[in-house]
Amino acid sequence: MIYLDNSATSFPKPSAVLEAMARFTNEYGANPGRSGHCLSVDAGRIMYEAREALAALFNQRDPLRVLFAANATGGLNQALLGLLRSGDRVVTSGMEHNSVMRPLRALEAEGVRVVVAPGASDGTLDPDDLRGLLSERTSMVVVNHGSNVNGCLQSIREIGGAAREAGALFLVDAAQTAGCVDIDMERDNIDLLAFTGHKALYGPQGTGGLVVGERVPIERMRPLVYGGTGSRSEFETQPDFIPDRFESGTPNTIGIAGLLEGVRFVRETGIAAIRRHEDELAAGICRGLSTIDGVRLFAGPEGRRLSTVSFTCDRLAPSEFGLRLDEEFDILCRVGLHCAPAAHTTIGSFPEGTVRLSAGFFTTQEDIVSAVKAIRTLAKNGESS
Amino acid sequence: MKEEYCVALFHSTSLALRGEKLCRGEAIAVKLIPVPRHLSSDCGVCLRFPSAHEERVRALFEGKSLEFDSIVRL
Repeated sequence: MIYLDNSATSFPKPSAVLEAMARFTNEYGANPGRSGHCLSVDAGRIMYEAREALAALFNQRDPLRVLFAANATGGLNQALLGLLRSGDRVVTSGMEHNSVMRPLRALEAEGVRVVVAPGASDGTLDPDDLRGLLSERTSMVVVNHGSNVNGCLQSIREIGGAAREAGALFLVDAAQTAGCVDIDMERDNIDLLAFTGHKALYGPQGTGGLVVGERVPIERMRPLVYGGTGSRSEFETQPDFIPDRFESGTPNTIGIAGLLEGVRFVRETGIAAIRRHEDELAAGICRGLSTIDGVRLFAGPEGRRLSTVSFTCDRLAPSEFGLRLDEEFDILCRVGLHCAPAAHTTIGSFPEGTVRLSAGFFTTQEDIVSAVKAIRTLAKNGESS
Repeated sequence: MKEEYCVALFHSTSLALRGEKLCRGEAIAVKLIPVPRHLSSDCGVCLRFPSAHEERVRALFEGKSLEFDSIVRL
């Protein structure tokens, strides 16, 4: 089997991730930050260590500014719905996932002005084009760091610089990049960073969150969920301090125990080494697919792309292509619109969508060679069998 | 003679855990325990340590800008 759906969820996971989750269940599976006994404290400590590891990974000084949520979508919703109000203006890119576009469209219906900077057909957004859209007072700029459709990477440092010049908060959707691209909140001018645990951080599903920088007015960020936090229990009002203000209810401690090991794996392997490997995989896919007749490739520009690449074939619809890769070649990928109609519109593959190949750190060049061979066969003989 | 203890009270478990880490880094023997009922009705934890280290712990937290509620003798 060749798994090329790492943009949806990375697979397999480092064994340490599973072992940490088993250890949590077997040895200290209590409720963190609630009861005060030794197991509860151990569970709380895992949460804290995970915050520290993530804060260090993204160069955020204060680990308590790492908020956990169920996924990147949870983090993005907390930032968007928590901070934007009727009358605010928000500028976004043409490569966004529905985890950004749907909350934005919901906010638009409540009076938030949403402006989309379309960008080039390879998905890249020119920071100067964005600057042109920031002459009006803008509350927030939100940008997908790495596309889940064609893997194109945005120049977040320059975009963040433009946002900062304009006095806007900068929210980055790092669902595809946290763990495989170097992100430094300070250097890259990021105020809010939404991440997921189950992709390039190699943790389990159900983990993710939002890192909140110092410029974000926490007192004005409305929690999406209210409830018990294990702190200030004598009051019936929500605590005003971070992270408790935004983390009500028992968290996914078992998942976060796994995520911590995923983050450790990334830090020990080194993001530079991960990038290098995934760059080579991306080059292999692009090189291979560009030589196949009837196949149209959608990828970010060289040096600015993830190992996530899309294609279409003039003989077979994406859904049919994906099914046959699965059934005839045991190659697993994802077809369709990838929850990102805006991105497909920008790159010119809406509404048919694409076949997406997304390699991960555990993908090999041999896997890519086999996949390209299978795609060549199907593209040539697609209609006959 | 029975050892005398202080506890440092925090607004949240996360802050108490950071306090624990700072103290351990300075080799101060600390333990996270449930907040004694007579100090607060909160259901969280606090950091217990020998009273002999009271000023050292206070200076450590203040030096590292760790926000804490109070340090009290048990």
